[in-house]
Formats: sequence, structure tokens, C-alpha cells
Amino acid sequence: MIREIREPLIFEISAPGKRAAELPPLDVPAEPDLLHGAALRGDIEGFPEVSETEIVRHFTRLSQMNYCVDLGLYPLGSCTMKYNPKVNERLAALPALAGCHPQAPHDLVQGSLEVLKRLETLLGTIAGLDAFTLQPAAGAHGELTGMMLIRARLDETANPRKYVLIPDSAHGTNPSSAHICGYSVKEIRSNDDGTIDLGSLEKEMDEDVAALMVTNPNTLGVFERDICRIAEIVHAKGGYVYMDGANMNALTGIVRPGDMGVDVLHINLHKTFSTPHGGGGPGSGPVGVKKELAPYLPVPVITEEDGRFSLDANRPKSIGRVRSFYGNFGVIVRALGYILALGPKGIREIAEYAVLNANYIRKGLEGEYHLKYATPSMHECVFSDKFQKEFGVTNLDIAKRLMDYGLHPPTMSFPLIVHGALMIEPTETESRRDLDLFIEAMKAIAREARDNPDLLKTAPHGTYVRRLDEVAAAKNPCLRWREEE
Amino acid sequence: MSYLSLSDKDRKDMMAAVGIASIDELFCCMPEAVRLTGDLELPGPLAEPDLVREIEGVAGRNTFGRYLSFLGGGAYEHFIPTVVDYLSGRGEFVSPYTPYQPEISQGTLQAIFEFQTLICQLTGLDISNASLYDGATAAAEAVLMAHRVTGRPKVLMARSLHPQYREVVRTYIKNLGVEAVEIPYGRDGRLDLEAFSDLVDGQTCGVLVQSPNFLGVVEDVQAVSGLAHCAKALSVAVVSEALSLGLLEAPGKLGADIVTGEAQSLGIPLSFGGPYLGFMACRKEFVRQLPGRLCGQTKDVDGRRGFVLTLATREQHIRREKATSNICTNQALCALRATIYMETLGRQGLREAARQCARKTAYALEALRGIPGVTRKFAGPVFDEFVLEFAQPWDRVAAALKGKGVLPGLGLGTAYPELGDCVLVCVTEVKRKDDIDLLVQAVREVMS
Repeated sequence: MIREIREPLIFEISAPGKRAAELPPLDVPAEPDLLHGAALRGDIEGFPEVSETEIVRHFTRLSQMNYCVDLGLYPLGSCTMKYNPKVNERLAALPALAGCHPQAPHDLVQGSLEVLKRLETLLGTIAGLDAFTLQPAAGAHGELTGMMLIRARLDETANPRKYVLIPDSAHGTNPSSAHICGYSVKEIRSNDDGTIDLGSLEKEMDEDVAALMVTNPNTLGVFERDICRIAEIVHAKGGYVYMDGANMNALTGIVRPGDMGVDVLHINLHKTFSTPHGGGGPGSGPVGVKKELAPYLPVPVITEEDGRFSLDANRPKSIGRVRSFYGNFGVIVRALGYILALGPKGIREIAEYAVLNANYIRKGLEGEYHLKYATPSMHECVFSDKFQKEFGVTNLDIAKRLMDYGLHPPTMSFPLIVHGALMIEPTETESRRDLDLFIEAMKAIAREARDNPDLLKTAPHGTYVRRLDEVAAAKNPCLRWREEE
Repeated sequence: MSYLSLSDKDRKDMMAAVGIASIDELFCCMPEAVRLTGDLELPGPLAEPDLVREIEGVAGRNTFGRYLSFLGGGAYEHFIPTVVDYLSGRGEFVSPYTPYQPEISQGTLQAIFEFQTLICQLTGLDISNASLYDGATAAAEAVLMAHRVTGRPKVLMARSLHPQYREVVRTYIKNLGVEAVEIPYGRDGRLDLEAFSDLVDGQTCGVLVQSPNFLGVVEDVQAVSGLAHCAKALSVAVVSEALSLGLLEAPGKLGADIVTGEAQSLGIPLSFGGPYLGFMACRKEFVRQLPGRLCGQTKDVDGRRGFVLTLATREQHIRREKATSNICTNQALCALRATIYMETLGRQGLREAARQCARKTAYALEALRGIPGVTRKFAGPVFDEFVLEFAQPWDRVAAALKGKGVLPGLGLGTAYPELGDCVLVCVTEVKRKDDIDLLVQAVREVMS
């Protein structure tokens, strides 16, 4: 990286008359004008004008200001930043798939429908659930869809219920999704192991509770070992168990949510199934259910008869449509490619080596950083800045200093039940060398915190920009470029 | 194919370091009763050449590519300059997470800032978010936003709003005590303003009007906004064909308070319906009610310009159940594609592409309406889609044209029973005169 590159905004290098694209000459008459009666615009004020060379350099330079998985370890906890196999980009871009129109007659898109059906089936096998929808565009969208299914089922009993139980370690999307479904949230405390407190659950679980939303392993990276008992408690009162599958990377081929009493599950294809995060999407959040909830899945549903695929929108109990068309198809193709490449042993090895790698890091950093919960870690481990606080150093300082070592920081300040959290998820695709680089960097930073805390408090030192003023950004928001007057 | 990076020796050494004799020990906290005892019944593993062959085989069962298609209806084929794929395919853009650590994510953040600016310029509004899932969920988010802003329980939706968008709105509001009422379209295909003014009242949080609407007709957004504002309801302009904004007046300048919709047209492949690109822009007084991520400009400790995600107190990870939306991961890479597309076409190119769509559409419509048994259904102004009515049953016409290798457009009978023998035809700049003439000739033969 060349730190001194300063790339202006495209608007600042724009000059009248420059072009980076041309169309062939219009080959039909310019008349008639059928836009008569519509309000037309003149110029698109402020829109840029640059050459193709300038476009390529602009975005190439911008790209070089990004850290990414292709560059190194990206240990964001609960984000599962694993390597994205390149072949899957090629598959998604196949012209027969990428060029297919979603409104095309079904008999002309049998291949695309087969892609959808095959992934649904494979996810069902991996999750131990009876039916899947691939429509949700991301994890949070999957949560919303899943909770709507539960609500629709309960609506039929004339009592949709009022509450959803959510552990205090849950992702912020859980309460937000439950809320859009019309539910109030009751928080369940974690016990000293960092798992759901059964006593607290038994106390809160009654006939007013629609569901428990549980992440397993939870956001501490701890497996809810009482999960079967938890499901019994919820089911005994007529409630449903919703599992947030963000952390499925610890489970693939080892256990199946459906076998543990989970009724509804969302999976993040952009986490567990290796599709790239794209700097914040597109993702895909398929939702799986037990048979009882299948009639409520969003329309359309893909059906197969004698090897012919079609889409069924006539499902009277369905919650309706949750997005246009059939989901983030291009992401679905990539996930299918990944599962087929790995096969059964490879799917099991995801969990095995994700958990081994996380435990290797945990072992390497124990003693250097504070570990609030001694419970065994699965695919991630959560340390805190408690030891470093003595020297006035926070998890933010540690995170920023890691950048000077050429590494991406862990997830910070989450889960909320660990103060000053550093949540580390290496994933299974990392080499030992990359894991060791991270461990050594973290140890060096722990030493620096003791010996030279100012070095951390002023970090990062070697990045394109240094610590940014986020308070000022929120106080006086500047959310777009404007021409200087 | 395995993507692991550990040698046998690494595994052994690491297990020793962790203090386990077998990998199984890592999972001892899981209940024995539910532990899988063997491998799952899954296909594979496939080496890369076999994987490519396998998926190419599946893709080969799509025969859509052999047809001359005039399908639109919420997904549009436009030419995508090579630089869009080339640049957006760079690993530095494809493989990072959401830019939570701004110092090492300036590339993604600056691109989002440029995207927000471009969307503001196109829509004529002050603020744009960093993207939403797609046009349908964006429309639903706009309804929830109008509901939050006004506190009112009723939303009006044009019947000419994309049928799938209407369905998604209904799914989203079902459990929130918001009621949706449809406004009919008039004889010219535009929103029936009289019916609208009867329906809009003090209970109305907003009106959703799509322009060009699902029937291809450009709406009078100014008149709709004026009526909405009389009732202190928000005017929400929905755009599903974003390229139309190259030619049509920015809805924000016609009184729309929120402009939202689908930007697939701006450099994103059809890809059987996704991933696409929801977008949303609004007036600045509503910024705290806007859903989704926002990127803002700030300075670093040395006073240098930089960009960060900001106003996060609206979002789920801070506000939890009180957030403006549950959205977390959005469609960032699609927004990047749209940014590169818009900047590549630029000030002149975007207008030119839009102008060619309109001209070719006009050429096709004029030629088709001259065929006996074919009539133009709506007289309102059109951009790159229009509705034709056939004097023969649509199923027969469609089958006969398909036999000639032509897909004339989307039959409307399923979504609009009153338009049973009507088709929505879409002509964009990628169609040449020859293609259009071929369509016209085929229709002429089928109708004779």
C-alpha cells in the first residue's frame, strides 16, 4: 500500500465533455415522441464526466484503501469471514444464469429453478429441517421472515401471543426483527457460563410468549448445551424455537438444528457458505422450518414434478411475498457451488477446523487478554480489554493498533454482556501461519499496552487515514458531495 | 475440493497446543443424543473442473437465451460497460465486510459516499442511504418510514405499483396495525386523481405512486404530491426503472418526500431476479427516520478527509427493537456496481441511454399498434414499457410468438385480471431496429 495516495471524489475530477462510454448511433427515427405530457429534466446537475482511464484508476486506487479477506485474516466475530472460492464467481457469471430474466416463462428457466431447488434440498439436509425458502436477502430479512411464519401459525390459533424471549447476548437484529413482527421483547439473562439461564427461561416462558430467539453457538462462541431442554421448555407452553444461524459454522456436519428442537432457522449464505460479503452485501438469508410451518412459507414456492420445476404462488396459508422475484439468485448459485465442491466430509471439516482454529487462538492469547467466560469455545472466542484498562488502553485502541500490524481487528464491544469485548472468529480456511501472525501481533500489542500505551491510544499510524472523528460525523452530518458555491 | 490451509503437521501441532487428542473432543459440550454419527448424505466432493461442468450442465437447461425477449416488469436488460465487471470484481471490493473499521475501509466508504451523492442528484432529494435489498422491500420500508414520521395508520398504494411490491408491503405491515388501500388507475393508465383525492385523508401516512408505473405510463408526480401534501401525507415516488431518471424530471423536484425503488437497471445483471439494488432518498428533515446505513464525511486526527458509517443510533445494533429498520447487511457490492455504472455513463451517457430507450420504445409502439387486432391500451406518456391489447386470447398469441422464438413481454392477466389479453412490452437501448422489426413481423404473422 502506498499511503500517500489521496484519491479525490469523482466529482472533483470531473470536467465537461469527458466520456467513458458511448452508445451506437440511434438506428430508429427520432420521432414520434411518446413522452409528451411527462415532466422531463434538463441536465442531471452535478453528475460526473470523466474518461475510462480515470474511472479505472479511481476505483483501483479506492480498492487499494480496503482491507479484505483476499489479503489476510479477517477475524470479525459472528461474521464468519472465510475465504471465498473464486470458482463460484465464475459460476454465478455464466451467461445462461446471469442473463436470465426473472419474468421468463418457467419452461425456459428450468436450469435456474433447479439451482434453487437443489440448494433448498441441500440446506434441508445440513440443517435437519423439512422445507426451506431462499427468498430472504440477508440474515435480518431471514429473521423477519422466520418470525412472521411463527406469527402466522399462531394467528390461526386465535392467539398470536405478545412476547418474544431473546437472550441478553443476542445480535441487535433479533429484537428489531421481532418488533417489526408486532412482538414485544423480553430479555433472558445469561448465567455464569455465558449460556441461557434455565431458571430465568422457565420463569418467563408462558402462554403469552410466541417464541424464543436463540443463537447457537451464542455470540460468546459458547454452545448452548441445554438446547434440547430449552426447546422442551418452550414447546411445553406452545411456543416455538427460532434459531439465528449466524454461527452455523460451528455446527455443519456435527449436529443439526432440526434435531435439537429448533422449529425455524435462518442461515447466512454469506457466512457459513462462503459467498463474499461485498463490503456489506449482497447476502442471502434462507429460512428453514419444520413440516408444521411449511405451509406458511413465503410465495412463490418451487415445486418439482417428474423433473420439471415450477413456481407455486397459490398457497392460502402463506405469509405472502417478502421480496421481489426469488431471492438473491447470484448468491444462491455461489453457495450451491461451495457445497458441491466440499461434499459431506468437507462440510464436516468446516466446523471441525473453524473450532480448532478458534481454540488455537484462544490458547495463544490466554493470560495476555482477559477471558470472562471459561466455558469451552466453539468457532469464536471472546476476550476483553480488562487487563489493558489498567494502562488506560481500551479495546478500541487495541483494534486500531492491529491495523498497524497489517491485520483487521476482531468484532468490538459486542456481545454487550462482555465489557470491552474483543470477539475473535478466525474461520476454518486460515493457515497456521496467518493464525500465528495474529497471535503474535496481539501479544506484541499487549506488551505495548504496558510499555507504551500512547502508541496504542494514537493508533493507527500506518493507514491511509488515521483515527477518524466519528462524533463530528454524526453531529454535523455531511452525507453527500455538493459543488462549492 | 477442500479450501482448508492446514497441513497434517499443523493439525497435529495445533491439537497438541489446544490439549486435545482428537477433533471430536472439541464438540464434547454437545448433547450426545443429537451428535451425527456419520457424514451427511450430500453429493460431492467435486474438483473444480467437475464443478464447472456440473453447473454449466444445469445452466444449459435454461433455454431463455435462445429467445428474443421484450420482458421488463421490474427487471431490465441494459448494456453494462466492461469496466463495471472488471472493477467491481476486484477482491478488495468483493471480499471485505461492512466497513465497521473506517481506517482500513476507505475505498468502500468513499464509493458509498459517491453512490449517495449520485442517488441524490438523480432523485432531486437531499439524503440517500447506502442501499436496501430490492425495490419491493424498499417500498415496504418507505411505508414503515411514512408511518413513523406521521404516526398515521393508512397507506395508499397505486394499483399500478408493481404487483410484487404491493404484496411485499402487505406482508410487512400485516402485524403493525397499518392498513393499505389501493388507488385505481384511470383510462390513460395514470393514477386516478379523483379517486385518490377521495381516499386521502387525515389518517393517511403516505401515498406510493410508481413512475413510470407498472403499466409503463409516466405519472404526474407533481399532482399526486400536491394532493398528498394537502392532507399532510407523505408523497412517496417509487421507481423500478431507474434509468428513466436520466430523462424524466427528478421526483424530488416534483414534490416527492421520499424517492425509493429498484436500481437494477444501473449496471446490475438480470441474474434471475437478484441480487438487485434497493435505494431510498428523502428530504433532510426525515434523516433520523431513514432506514439503512449512511456514510458521512469527517476528518482524521491529522485533519485529512475521510468517511465513516454514521447516524448509527437509528440502527438495530444500537437501538435494538426501537431501530428504524432491522436491516444490517445490505446490497453494498450492487451499490458499487451502480456507482461505477453511473460514473462511467456520466452526465451525457446516462441521458443518451435513457433517450435511446424512449426512442426505440416509441418506434416499436408505433409499429405494433398499426397491426390489425393490436391496440395501445393506455394513452399516457411512456418511457421504455407500454401495454398492448390483443383481439385474440393472450395465451394463444404468446404461444404462437414463442414458437417463432419471440417473447413479446409480460402477460398481465395474472396480476391484473381486467387486463387479461394485454401484454407489457419493454424495449431498451440494447435492442436494435432489426430486433424490433422482427418482433413486429412476428406479431403481424400471428395476428393475421
